[in-house]
Amino acid sequence: MTLIKTSYNRRSFLKASVLGGGGMMLGFSWLVSCEADVADVVEPTKGIPKEWFDINAFLKIGDNGLVTIMSPNPEIGQNVKTSMPMIVAEELDVDWKDVVVEQAPLNTDIYTRQLAGGSQSIRQGWQGLRMAGATARHMLLAAAAQQLEVRIEELKTENGVIKHEESDRTLTYGEVASLAGSMDVPEEVSLKDPKDFKIIGTGRNNVDGQKIVRGVPMYGLDIKREGMLYATVIHPPAFGMKPGNVKNEEEIKALAGIKDVFMINTMPEGIELQWSDRNNVFPELIAIVGESTWQVIKAAKQLDVDWKAESELESSEMHEAQLTNILNQTADEPGRIDGNPEAAFQQATKTIERTYDAPFLAHNTMEPMNFFANVTADHAELIGPIQTPEFAEKTVAKLLGMDLEQVDIMMTRMGGGFGRRLYGNFVMEASLISQKVAAPVKLFYTRESDMTQGTYRPAYKVKYRAGFDENNQLIAFHVKGAGIHGGPVFANRFPAGAVDNYLAENLGMQSNISTGAWRAPRSNFMAFAEQCFLDECAAAVGQDPIEFRLQLLERAINKPVGDNNDYDAERYAGVLKLVKEKSDWANPPSGIHRGVSAYFCHNSYVAQVVDVELVKGRPKVKDVHCAVDCGIVINPLAAKNQIEGGIVDGIGHAMYSQITFKEGKPEQQNFDEYRLIRHSEAPENIYTYFVDNGIDPTGLGEPSLPPIMAAVANAIAAAKGERLYQQPFISSEAVLG
Amino acid sequence: MAIYKLNINGKEHQVDVDADTPLLWILRDHVQLTGTKYGCGVGQCGACTVHVGGYAMRSCSLPISQLGDQAVVTIEGLAENGDHPLQEAWLEHDVPQCGYCQAGQIMQAAALLQSNSAPSDEEIAATMNGNICRCGTYTRIKAAIKTAADKMN
Repeated sequence: MTLIKTSYNRRSFLKASVLGGGGMMLGFSWLVSCEADVADVVEPTKGIPKEWFDINAFLKIGDNGLVTIMSPNPEIGQNVKTSMPMIVAEELDVDWKDVVVEQAPLNTDIYTRQLAGGSQSIRQGWQGLRMAGATARHMLLAAAAQQLEVRIEELKTENGVIKHEESDRTLTYGEVASLAGSMDVPEEVSLKDPKDFKIIGTGRNNVDGQKIVRGVPMYGLDIKREGMLYATVIHPPAFGMKPGNVKNEEEIKALAGIKDVFMINTMPEGIELQWSDRNNVFPELIAIVGESTWQVIKAAKQLDVDWKAESELESSEMHEAQLTNILNQTADEPGRIDGNPEAAFQQATKTIERTYDAPFLAHNTMEPMNFFANVTADHAELIGPIQTPEFAEKTVAKLLGMDLEQVDIMMTRMGGGFGRRLYGNFVMEASLISQKVAAPVKLFYTRESDMTQGTYRPAYKVKYRAGFDENNQLIAFHVKGAGIHGGPVFANRFPAGAVDNYLAENLGMQSNISTGAWRAPRSNFMAFAEQCFLDECAAAVGQDPIEFRLQLLERAINKPVGDNNDYDAERYAGVLKLVKEKSDWANPPSGIHRGVSAYFCHNSYVAQVVDVELVKGRPKVKDVHCAVDCGIVINPLAAKNQIEGGIVDGIGHAMYSQITFKEGKPEQQNFDEYRLIRHSEAPENIYTYFVDNGIDPTGLGEPSLPPIMAAVANAIAAAKGERLYQQPFISSEAVLG
Repeated sequence: MAIYKLNINGKEHQVDVDADTPLLWILRDHVQLTGTKYGCGVGQCGACTVHVGGYAMRSCSLPISQLGDQAVVTIEGLAENGDHPLQEAWLEHDVPQCGYCQAGQIMQAAALLQSNSAPSDEEIAATMNGNICRCGTYTRIKAAIKTAADKMN
C-alpha cells in the first residue's frame, strides 16, 4: 500500500453538493432529448436505486450499493470510458458488475485534464482516478466505523462490503453511502499495491458495447430536439480562397425546407483564440439552415458563391519541389548535435544516404464533424463530439460575448477522433448559426466538406545519412527533416544517444493549407523513415536487423551519448527482444518474408514483426507480432484492440492513402477517391504481447501506429528486394506486383 | 414533397418528404432511427447499411421513391431484444472502438450469414469489403462473424 496526500486536487473530492453545476451532472438524458423508441439497454444487476448519494465528483453510490462512476475524459474510441472508471472502481473496491458509467460534464476545476489527445488520458489521469476511488473508500469506512462504533483500522472492504471481522458484522456501501457523503475528506489515503489489483489488468467489455451493437443514439449526429433545425457550412473549394457574395441567395432561400443562408465568421478581429483555433484557415463560411439534412445537402450543392483567391493556389508538385529545396538547406539551429558529425562522415569508410517522404492525410473520422448548439440570449447549450471541450467552451464564450458560466458543453461518444476533433471550429460554427437563427441547430458536415476542410497531417520529407568505420561501426548519423508548417524530426529520440557523432535538424515551410495533429503526430512519419533507414544500415554492414538495433541500444544503455535522450534504452531493447522471441524471428514460416520495426512515442515502447506473403507477386500482410511496453495495462481486452487498430490504421495509410492538391483544391473528396484500408487488406492475425513490469501506465492509443509502416516496408523489401521510400506504397511497382 | 408509406422493423410509418430523399435520411431525420449512420453519402463506406427486402443495401443511395413496398430492417430491428447472434458475438469479441461503423458492419454481416451460413475468411473479406472501419477492427469483425456463424449452425 502507498500512502498518498490528497492535496493533489482536493477540489475533486469535495462533495458534489458544493460543486457548481452539480445538477447538470444528472440532468442529461438521451431518452428525453432524442425521443428514441429504444429502451435504455443497460439494466444494472442490482436494479435502480431509490436514492443516490454523492461521495465525490467522480462517484455516487445508490442505497442498494449500485455505483455510478463518472468518466471524465472525451471518448473517441480509445475506450477511456471503460478504463478510467475501472481505475476508480479498483481503489473503491467494488464489484465491476455493480458499476454504471456516466460521461462527466465539462468541469476542469474538478476533473482537471478533460482532453483526448497525445495518448495521455490514462497516464495523466492515473493518480487522480486512484485517489478518487481510495478517498471515497476511506469515507465509506469512516461512516461504517461511526455506525458500528469501532475504529476505522478494524474494518476491511471487499467488493462493496465493509466487514468488522471481530464482531462478525457487515455493512454494504449502499447502507453507509448516505453517512459517508458527510464524512471529512481524508488528508491522506492508502492506494492498493498493484499486486492486489482485481479489476485493473483484467479484460472488461466496453461499457457502451450494448448500445453500440443495438444502434442506440449516442453520437453527436444522433441528436434531435423539438424545433431543431439542420445546418451545414460551405467552405471555399480551394485553400487560398475566401467567400465573396452568394450569387443565388434568393433562389436558395426559396428552396423547399430552407430557412436561411448567411455568412458567418468564427474568427472576427480581436477575439481571443485558443491554440486549437489557430490553424483554422476557413473562418469565413456560408451557412445554410433548413428543416432536414437532405434539403440542406441539396441546397448546398446548388449554392453559387463568388469565391475570391486571396493567396497562392498551391499544388502537390509545388510542395514536393519546395520540400526538396529546403532539405538542401541547413537549419539555423540544429535540434541536437553530439560530437563532430561532419568530421566523422569524412572519416567514414562507408556512407549511405536515403530520403523518405509521405503525403498529406485527412483524418476521415467515420462520424463527420458536427455539433448541436442551442444559443439563447443568456445561455449556450452545446452538445457533441469534441476532443478539447475546455478550449471550445472558452472560444465560444468570447465569440458569443458570454461568461464561461453561460456556456455548457456536453461530450458525446465520438465516431472517431484521430486528432481532428482537437480543433473545434465546428463548435464555434454551430454556436454562431444557432445564435443567428435563434433556434436549436444541429450542424453537420458532409463527407466531402469534412475531407476538404483541411487540418491535415502535413506532407513530410526527411533525409538520413549514416557513416560507418572500417569495423562497420556506426560512427556518424545525420537526420534532417522538412515539413509543411515545421519539420517532423524528434531530435532526442533513438538513435540519438547511441551514436557518438549525431546531428538532427528540422526545417519548415509555410503554406495556406491547414494542418493539425493526426494520430501520433510526426511519429506517424518519422518511425517509417527511421526504421526503414536503420534496416538499410543493418544491411549495409551485413547484420541482422534486430541485432543491429539491439547493439545500438546496448550502447545507449551502457554508455549513452548525451544526457537528454527521450527514451529508456532498456525498455526499448526489451520490446525488441520480446518480439524476437515471440515471433521466432530467425525461423519464419515457409513462403513468409519478414520485416521488423521498433519505436518509442507517447511514453510507450512498441516493436513489431510483420509477415508478408507474395500472392501473385503482390505483397499481402499475413501476421503481425507486436510487443508493447506501456507499463500497467488497465484493460487488456481493450488495450489489444487499440494495438490492433493502430496496426491496421498504420498499414492502411502507409499503403493506400493521400491527399493531393491542384490549384489549391484537394483532389480527393470522398472514399471513392481517398482510399482507406478495407477488410481484405487487413492482416490475417495480430498477436499482441504486453510487457508486465508494474510501471505506471503510459500511452496506448497511438504508439502501435508509427512503427508498423516501417515493419511493412521492411517486410516488402525482404519479399521483393526493393526498398520503399514514398508513401503511399501502392504507387510503387513493388507493391503493385 | 409527397407522402410515402414505409414498413420499418415491422412497423408502419408515413413520411412527407421530397421524392429524392435517401432512405438514410428518412430513417435518421423523420423516423428517429439513428442507429443507421451517415458516413459518405455515396455508397462507399457501408455505415448506412440496412436490409431492404431481405438484402443488404446502402440506405444513403436509395431514394425513397424507389423503395416501393419493400420492408426495411435496421439495426434497431435486427433482433427484438438486441440479441442476434452477431450482436452477441460483437460483444463477446469486444469489437467496437469508436463504434460508429459497427451497425453497418453488423447489418452487412447479417445479410451474409442469411445467404451463407458458414462463410470462409475469403468470403467474409469479399462481402465485408464495402464496409470501412476507420478504427481498424477488421480482425475482430472477422472473428465475431465466425463465432456467430458457429452459433447459428
